[in-house]
Amino acid sequence: MAEGGRKWGGWRPVHLLFLLPALLLYSLFVVYPMVSALRFSLYEWNGLERVAFSGLENFRILFTRYPYNQEVWDALRHNLYLFAVTMVAQNAFALFLAVVLDRGIRRGRTLFRNVFFLPHLVAVVVVGFLWSLILNPQFGALNRALEAAGLGALAHPWLGDPDTALTAVALVNAWSWVGFPLIIFLANLAGIPEEYHEAARLDGAGGWQAFRYITLPLLAPSITIVTVLTFIGNFNAFDLIYAMGGSNGSPGGSTDVLALLFYRIAFAGNDPNAVGVSNAMAVLMFLVVFAASVLYLRWRGRGEVTY
Amino acid sequence: MGKERFPVGGRLRDGTLKALLYAFLVAYAFVCLYPFFLMVVSSLKSTGEIFQSPFGLPESPSLHAYRMAWETGNFREYFLNSVLVTASSVALILLAGSMAAYPIGRHDFRGRGFLYLYFLGGLMLPIKLGVVPLFFLMTSLGLYDTRLSLVLVYAASGMPFAVFVLSAFFRTLPRELEEAARVDGAGEFRIYWQIMLPLVRPALATVAIFNFIQLWNDFFFPLVLIQTDGLRTLPAGLANFFGTYQNDWALIFAGLTITSLPLIVLYLFASKQIVRGLTAGATKG
Repeated sequence: MAEGGRKWGGWRPVHLLFLLPALLLYSLFVVYPMVSALRFSLYEWNGLERVAFSGLENFRILFTRYPYNQEVWDALRHNLYLFAVTMVAQNAFALFLAVVLDRGIRRGRTLFRNVFFLPHLVAVVVVGFLWSLILNPQFGALNRALEAAGLGALAHPWLGDPDTALTAVALVNAWSWVGFPLIIFLANLAGIPEEYHEAARLDGAGGWQAFRYITLPLLAPSITIVTVLTFIGNFNAFDLIYAMGGSNGSPGGSTDVLALLFYRIAFAGNDPNAVGVSNAMAVLMFLVVFAASVLYLRWRGRGEVTY
Repeated sequence: MGKERFPVGGRLRDGTLKALLYAFLVAYAFVCLYPFFLMVVSSLKSTGEIFQSPFGLPESPSLHAYRMAWETGNFREYFLNSVLVTASSVALILLAGSMAAYPIGRHDFRGRGFLYLYFLGGLMLPIKLGVVPLFFLMTSLGLYDTRLSLVLVYAASGMPFAVFVLSAFFRTLPRELEEAARVDGAGEFRIYWQIMLPLVRPALATVAIFNFIQLWNDFFFPLVLIQTDGLRTLPAGLANFFGTYQNDWALIFAGLTITSLPLIVLYLFASKQIVRGLTAGATKG
């Protein structure tokens, strides 16, 4: 090892043997497609044939040519709305649940956590189909329950009305994901030493004050992680939307999102240049996700409290 | 620790507030569980009965819908494909991932840091966005519309997390073990396989669970890479089934149950490991 070690910086043939399978798999089926997406986006395509190098033309088409120019902004708007609802209905609620489970009760903590986490374990398509049946105007359990409770006036074709469809999808999404931020917050809370709260109590802090000035700042690291993962997950959101609104974001495109539009342009449209435009879209989505994560992690990194 | 605690910041003493919290938690538990209960109960009814009394228990529970889904609805194939694809992918992730993580975690050689970052970069890449080139690649390799295409994509996308977790574990193992084995004349591969690998079993379990759940539930890649109905995995097969038997609700509920039951059963037995595995996956991945 000593001889070869000096010459090759410690490299030995056996290292290559160990690394080869993983390197091959990962390079061929992850790195290569990602790099190719960038390359593909710079060409004009005719079906599956590359026609000519076209620079940033595909990016321009995406924002100027009908119907892309409308669909892209609608989808982006829907993604942002989805993100906002998720942050409130899912993450803030999960934070509340975590504090209740950690500090509010003593018995049954693990059981409740496991029950709240269960929906996250089941495939998102299953969740989507299941809820589209529950929300079904003909026999769905929700409207039937409203009628039984004498609130029949509130019964509504939740997924059939463009005004309520996206909110319904966002709330189902929150329902299925709540357990995930919950376990992250719980893990973080479990790591906060009891003395911090003791000290706050001695200083005369009330419950809310202790939460606001002790617990919340100490939870900052996991809040950062949850926010970034929510943002990334949101840009990838596909399965649930597809299950609840089909590949066109029904009704009337009201549940269309970027990942769905990307899928549609690439695999379900009839634009001969589908490969070029869809990959331009992939590159943009990748840049947004990447830039947002980096910026946010940096920004939060400054204000984080360590203990 | 003091005897007296204060609300929220400490643990509650107040009986009423505590009762309210429990009532709230039980209510929310109901919201989490009821849809699944409804799913299983409905699958045992007839479609007419689902329409007439959506909340009632089945009058004469029947497995008819399951037999239909399993035989006519191709769920037998979907299930088998899911088991086959998920098991092979996880096995490949564990083998190739731990092999790569071993020198990265334990040996000192030039380019090690770069390799580590090269693999870690994959934790940031939304692999879905590379799907068009992947489609081209699979077509040109003659792998489009095969289960192998899924296994390769899944194994590759599992590599970053596997290398990340396993190399960290390998690094913590004591040097003496390896040196003793080397003195006894064991080769590098035997040291890895017989000494090191058994010692990182908890990390292997974490990687396996994390990937198993993701891959079992994946819908996107089978949708894009598989065309033949008999080759679909459960989530993609379910989508096809949902479209075909739109109005046969009992059948659809049976299909939903078949797809989710394996994970729910697994969770009943290993919830602790699953939660731990996913927490590690989320915060480190």
